[in-house]
Amino acid sequence: MLSQIIAVTSVNIRSIPARLGSSTVAVIGIAGVVLVFVAVLSIAEGVNATMKASGDPNVALILRAGSDTEMTSGLGGDSVRVIADAPGIARDESGKPLTSPELFVVVDHPLKRSGSPGNVPLRGVTPEAFKVHSRLKIIEGRNLEFGRNEIIAGRAASHQFVGLNVGTTLKWGESTWTLVGIFDEGGAVSESELWCDVKVLQPAYRRGNSYQSVYARLAAPDTFQQLKDSLTSNPQITVSAMRAPEYYGSQTETLQMIIRTIGGIIAVLMGIGAVFGAVITMYTAVASRTREIATLRALGFGGLPVVFSVLSEATLLSIVGGLLGGAIAWLAFDGYETATMNFQSFSQIAFAFAVTPKLLGQALFYSVVMGLLGGLFPAWRAARLPVVTALREL
Amino acid sequence: MKYLPIIWRNLLRRKFRTFFTMGAIFFAFLLFGVLMAIRAAFSMGVDMAGQGRLMVIDKVSIINPLPASYEARIRLIPGVTDTTHANWFGGYYQEVRNQFATFGTDPESWLRIYSKEFELPEDQKKAFLADRTGAIVGADTARKYGFKVGQRVPIQGTIYRRPDGGPWEFTIDGIYDSKIKGADKTNLIFHYEYLRETIPEQSGLRDRYNWYVFTIDDPERAPEIAAKIDAMFVNSPSETKTNTEKAFVSDFSKQVGDIGKIMMWIVAMAMFTILLVAGNTMAQAIRERTNELAVLKTLGFNEGLILAMVLLESVAIALVGGGLGLALSYALITLSGDPTHGLLPSFYFPVPQLMAGVGLVLGLGLASGLLPAWQASRLRIVDALRRN
Repeated sequence: MLSQIIAVTSVNIRSIPARLGSSTVAVIGIAGVVLVFVAVLSIAEGVNATMKASGDPNVALILRAGSDTEMTSGLGGDSVRVIADAPGIARDESGKPLTSPELFVVVDHPLKRSGSPGNVPLRGVTPEAFKVHSRLKIIEGRNLEFGRNEIIAGRAASHQFVGLNVGTTLKWGESTWTLVGIFDEGGAVSESELWCDVKVLQPAYRRGNSYQSVYARLAAPDTFQQLKDSLTSNPQITVSAMRAPEYYGSQTETLQMIIRTIGGIIAVLMGIGAVFGAVITMYTAVASRTREIATLRALGFGGLPVVFSVLSEATLLSIVGGLLGGAIAWLAFDGYETATMNFQSFSQIAFAFAVTPKLLGQALFYSVVMGLLGGLFPAWRAARLPVVTALREL
Repeated sequence: MKYLPIIWRNLLRRKFRTFFTMGAIFFAFLLFGVLMAIRAAFSMGVDMAGQGRLMVIDKVSIINPLPASYEARIRLIPGVTDTTHANWFGGYYQEVRNQFATFGTDPESWLRIYSKEFELPEDQKKAFLADRTGAIVGADTARKYGFKVGQRVPIQGTIYRRPDGGPWEFTIDGIYDSKIKGADKTNLIFHYEYLRETIPEQSGLRDRYNWYVFTIDDPERAPEIAAKIDAMFVNSPSETKTNTEKAFVSDFSKQVGDIGKIMMWIVAMAMFTILLVAGNTMAQAIRERTNELAVLKTLGFNEGLILAMVLLESVAIALVGGGLGLALSYALITLSGDPTHGLLPSFYFPVPQLMAGVGLVLGLGLASGLLPAWQASRLRIVDALRRN
């Protein structure tokens, strides 16, 4: 039996070039589906990767209680001082707590890709910010000088928006800023932002002495609970605290849900469509070999080897299609940088499409399933062909 | 007509293949419907935005509200016929993820300007206008959370806070609907006055609106009027940006960026791949019958008749598969609406695109039948009969 299977299958596979036309169509069909599958999900993976890069587990984020984003939070100067005194926060050599109160506003600035205005996040920070966000480094120009109207731009923001280069002057409302440096933070969300001195930003936006969030570096990873308990039980303030990874995870929930819902619908519909495509391709392949299969059966080959040979042809074609689609997706989309509106922060978030090995693995698996499903009916049909009529056919 | 049985027989000759070809076409056009709905959703209702309506926002960012005093000055500009204003409230019901567009406005002028987008029965409208803590909600949101007219619902604000930190209580005075296809029926609007009293005066945010909407008598004059308004507030602490509603919506949809475009492009490509496979099979089904067509010719069928029969056969397959696909996607998208539950309110299948889909179905049928039929008709009978 095994030798029969091997014999029929190898004949079958070696004769694929004779049916090049229809085989190519099948391969292209499956490659197209895999391409779509990988491309759509790589958007979600990319956004996810940006969020993962943002969440330093040793940093806690403190917002006004009930606020789910920095945008809608608000903390007065007094609350910020109370927060800084809380236990569980790391301190520098001089004993100062490592907390970074920040003000987050959005300004309109033209996008490179369309020339139309996009929402750029503009974050006001204190000198401590660079100790709390310790991975941040200046890759071009210099860091901003506090007390002056100077701005540093994230790497991704400088790619997505018009004219964000070192030395440019920017004007929003009545205030004028000079861009003095570009920074990098390992692919984090902050790279989509502009940073400036919070003390300059507050009056420019009539925010008095108020902030929106406090980032705090934890003394040790396990002091978070201590910090959180002390903050939430303090009657002077009404705040909520969460770890940075948790916060960033929640920040793109909406965006990810849109991408995954639509991506899911598309992938399922496309998948079924492609199975139908594979069925008709394999069916045509079987139909064109009716006489050949009947001859094999007449020679004494069993039904099972025939089923096996058709299925392995379908699988082979689907693997080729899957690899082709995955490779095209990887070449065309991996690392492609773009930005979109994050509804939760009401501002642009830049990310790169991420075609991960896991995604490619899933896609290949998916294509093999499509191939097998597509080959099943025609294989079964081929095995059940009545030998006599089939021999007479055509 | 008398040739229909022949066509029918031909279709049934390989039932299995016919069925799966139709199936592939069916799914391709189901996908087409989804594709068009995604397109509509990502353009965020730009087709519905009024040309005759303009918006004024703060030049730096829409998050900075404009002084209430601007309204009277805008109204004085010649050509401006009506004005209203809105404040983004960012409300949610019970849980943060149950968010829908909520804003505080002046109900009377709002409902005057958006009479087509916010349609509600006269008695509900009257009740809403008279009720300071009242609100009206879109049919989609009302259905989703089971809001009924007369019900009091707690809505938590994310931007504005009540002094006690609790949610605002609104009475649902009306449920609005709209005859416009794809209209956003997820909003909740309420009286700005109700919000105003909770905004502390020293915050500097009282009597400030996120945006103004105004109508003009002649859409042609929009650029001129917009320029006049922006000039009026230049060099003030709150400079303005005025443009048509359409331009704002289109800019906003561009902020979402190429994601929508990339998705569209990829799906379109994939759809054509499936159609390629299906079309190829349909052509194949006719090609392998070339000698039969020659027999028909021998019997005296003329070329035109044979061509028509072949075309009818492939068009029939395309119509059944594609027609069902389009019909089902139209029905599903219309019935289920937005698959993300409120994030893409304009998720619908526009009628012009549906018509384009029908055209595509016919085109597919004709194209896949035409080539083999034309090849067959050009063959000399003797050669064709000899062909195997």
